[in-house]
Amino acid sequence: MNFIYPENEIVRNEKRCNLCRVCDTQCSYGAHEFDEQSGQLNSDDRKCVNCQRCVVLCKQMALKIVPSGNKYKENYNWREQTIKEIFRQADSGGVLLSGMGNPGDFKVYFDKIVLNASQVTNPSIDPLREPMETRVSLGALPRDIERDGKGQLVNNLPPRINLSMPVMFAAMSYGSISLNAHKSLAAAAQEMGVLYNTGEGGLHGDMYSYGGNTVVQVASGRFGVHPDYLRSGVAIEIKMGQGAKPGIGGHLPGTKIVGDISLTRMISEGSDAISPAPHHDIYSIEDLRQLIYSLKEATGYTKPIIVKVAAVNNIAAIASGIARSGADIIALDGFRGGTGAAPTRIRDNVGIPVELALASIDRILRDEGIRNNVSIIVGGSIRSSSDVVKAVALGADSVYIGTAALIAMGCHLCRSCYTGKCNWGIATQIPELTKRLKPSVAQKRLVNLLTGWKHEIEEMMGGMGINSIESLKGNRLMLRGVGLSERELEVLGIKHAGE
Amino acid sequence: MLREGEFRIPSGCAISGVIDKTGKRFSGGTIVDSIAVMRERSNGLGGGFAGYGIYPEYKDYYALHVFYDTQKSKAECEDFLDRHFDIINLSKIPTAKIKEITDEPLIWRYFVTPLPTKLAESQMEESEFTARCVFRINTQFDGVYVFSSGKNMGVFKAVGFPEDVGRFYRLEEYEGWCFTAHGRYPTNTPGWWGGAHPFALLGYSVVHNGEISSYDANRRNIEMFGYKCTLQTDTEVITYIIDYLHRKKGLTLTEISSVIAAPFWQEIRAMEPEIRQKHEYLRTMFSAQLITGPFSILVGFDGGLMALNDRLKLRSMVVAEKGSKVFISSEEAAIRVMEPEIEKIWSPRGGEPVIIKLNDEVVRG
Ligand code: SF4
Ligand code: SF4
Repeated sequence: MNFIYPENEIVRNEKRCNLCRVCDTQCSYGAHEFDEQSGQLNSDDRKCVNCQRCVVLCKQMALKIVPSGNKYKENYNWREQTIKEIFRQADSGGVLLSGMGNPGDFKVYFDKIVLNASQVTNPSIDPLREPMETRVSLGALPRDIERDGKGQLVNNLPPRINLSMPVMFAAMSYGSISLNAHKSLAAAAQEMGVLYNTGEGGLHGDMYSYGGNTVVQVASGRFGVHPDYLRSGVAIEIKMGQGAKPGIGGHLPGTKIVGDISLTRMISEGSDAISPAPHHDIYSIEDLRQLIYSLKEATGYTKPIIVKVAAVNNIAAIASGIARSGADIIALDGFRGGTGAAPTRIRDNVGIPVELALASIDRILRDEGIRNNVSIIVGGSIRSSSDVVKAVALGADSVYIGTAALIAMGCHLCRSCYTGKCNWGIATQIPELTKRLKPSVAQKRLVNLLTGWKHEIEEMMGGMGINSIESLKGNRLMLRGVGLSERELEVLGIKHAGE
Repeated sequence: MLREGEFRIPSGCAISGVIDKTGKRFSGGTIVDSIAVMRERSNGLGGGFAGYGIYPEYKDYYALHVFYDTQKSKAECEDFLDRHFDIINLSKIPTAKIKEITDEPLIWRYFVTPLPTKLAESQMEESEFTARCVFRINTQFDGVYVFSSGKNMGVFKAVGFPEDVGRFYRLEEYEGWCFTAHGRYPTNTPGWWGGAHPFALLGYSVVHNGEISSYDANRRNIEMFGYKCTLQTDTEVITYIIDYLHRKKGLTLTEISSVIAAPFWQEIRAMEPEIRQKHEYLRTMFSAQLITGPFSILVGFDGGLMALNDRLKLRSMVVAEKGSKVFISSEEAAIRVMEPEIEKIWSPRGGEPVIIKLNDEVVRG
């Protein structure tokens, strides 16, 4: 009764296959098996997670993964997915787990927003001929200027982070992803003049050299947090929440806590790394303020503090509280944001679309006159350069990309990260698998992605007649909604197309 | 139909200005002649002038110029003025009946000073008190619009071609040490007088040719600091930015031009350390006041005039000198008509301000 027919079928074109056995040696899930006796390759659809590794590597183009076609007798209310989940829970009695962000058919507001371009009254600017500035600087701004005795301006700016373009790599911990993946992200961030984020797993000794491009994270488990760690990056991020699982902590199974990971996390090998749902020293906003100032004290007020929160119902008021608590930057994570594993019910039902959250936060901070107290980074999920441009025009200072960066490195979104057997060498610690990810190659791919996005951002800005990204920030007149209700437009603070 | 301020209207324009560095006063007729040359750059949907030094007999009082739609709105506004200011003098602004200018509102002028009790109560400076009152009137009173509020200066504007507007207000009868003018070419218009330019707040007045692409970023930022952009025009937001940076933040005019027409980062990187640090600071601290897109502006202020182009110089602007007079205009022809025998003429580079202060040398860049 518990048998669930596989969703996908591995199709091997026998005429093309030359029995090179790449698929069989590459698949960590054992979906391909070579039968020595018959000299034949068999495949087991039940084991296939559709990570596309074999498909990509098969030089003969002999493989494809297709939907199996098996169908339940579903209806609108009882869909196949729902039925299967009940089977699984009836079988296991456990909490359902899923990878990546909310897949539900909620509106993706970025896709309902279009951009402006100059016509007649104002010239567009050609980024190939004119300078086009994408540099951004994040952090708090003082209220007033100061002058010295000679009347010269004094630099009274608190510590800030500078980025060559408004894109950063989002938090992904060492442990949840491999050291090679971390190295790729760090090296790409360095090459591009942006930042990557350690996530909550501490920082491997090899990674300290990338400090100038590192955001170090402090999460509820406090894994790997010590003074040198805090001092190693250019900013510190306090993780209060994550878009894919607001209100929920993290759990890295003991099987992944091996070798260097256990050292880096500062917990013994084989023990589960459990990040509690709340920070047990933060039960209220004034506690957050204390942690912010403890971290500032610990680093001599040389690093901006980022507070990362998930987009939830009351997020605008929460952000306003954070902006008054000494944080320099707020990182906002939407429910489409990725994760290695989250309880399915949480992932699919908790949190709000990040576009709406961002628009509300930017508006309330302006209404209260405290928008300059903080910068805003938005993530979850930013998929393309046009998402970046729209996010900035809605009011973001920068974005975080996680899933997009993983895809650039080879991830095919099979959503099986929690198995620890990622065939692409990303979400795994198995040496044979991690070595598949060559940092030099992945770095190049990440750099390519950001370079491509940068060109596209410049093109879009130039089209709008804007030659500095600062003039795009919060410039909502550059946006129009298509097919959105008045209420949605009001929350987004934009007009409808044609208006 | 929607009124100006309820939606955004792109405009092309002509601007012109003239100042006598010694403070010697001359007739407003000069500037009317100049702007008339650029009739092609306007389309009859807005024109206006600002004059400095025109009210010497009332130089210590704020001169409020007000449009009223009805007698009722006038009564309401005057009641408000009475409760907040000492009104030293009030009168209709003299106009000439001409066939080119029609549908005029009631146009009044008041010379006022804040009531000492009210001022003390507010704990504000006199200028801030006056600015707040102007905002209150313009946002809360129907059919009332204060379009000029400085000392010893005044704005005159209307729907029409600028030279007709000049005749309508009998500008040749005023004498001042500086005048600026504006001819507007809006793409569409609700035909509201308040929407014409210059735009002014306290002693600052701005005439502007261009359409800035950073408008909404600038607007949403400046509104955090107590300004209300009721007109949705570039000129309005530029005026507020200048007032904010100059009067409230205490930046110099040169610093202000480094903020709103900031040098590119690639230029900044090549500068000497000390200058580089200054520019890095200004661009970071005031990044939201950077203005992009085409503009050429003339900023009148108490004691001088500043001209500035956007950093790519996407709008024409020429400057000329003769004796103690400095002329600035969208086109050279508009200068030649004021002074055929000019001594020096040049086109300032993008982002390079020209600052003329009374009894001072002309500052370039
Ligand atoms: S990788 Fe392709 S060619 Fe090689 S054994 Fe597998 S299916 Fe056949
Ligand atoms: S990172 Fe996760 S989702 Fe991506 S390929 Fe690896 S296991 Fe699959």
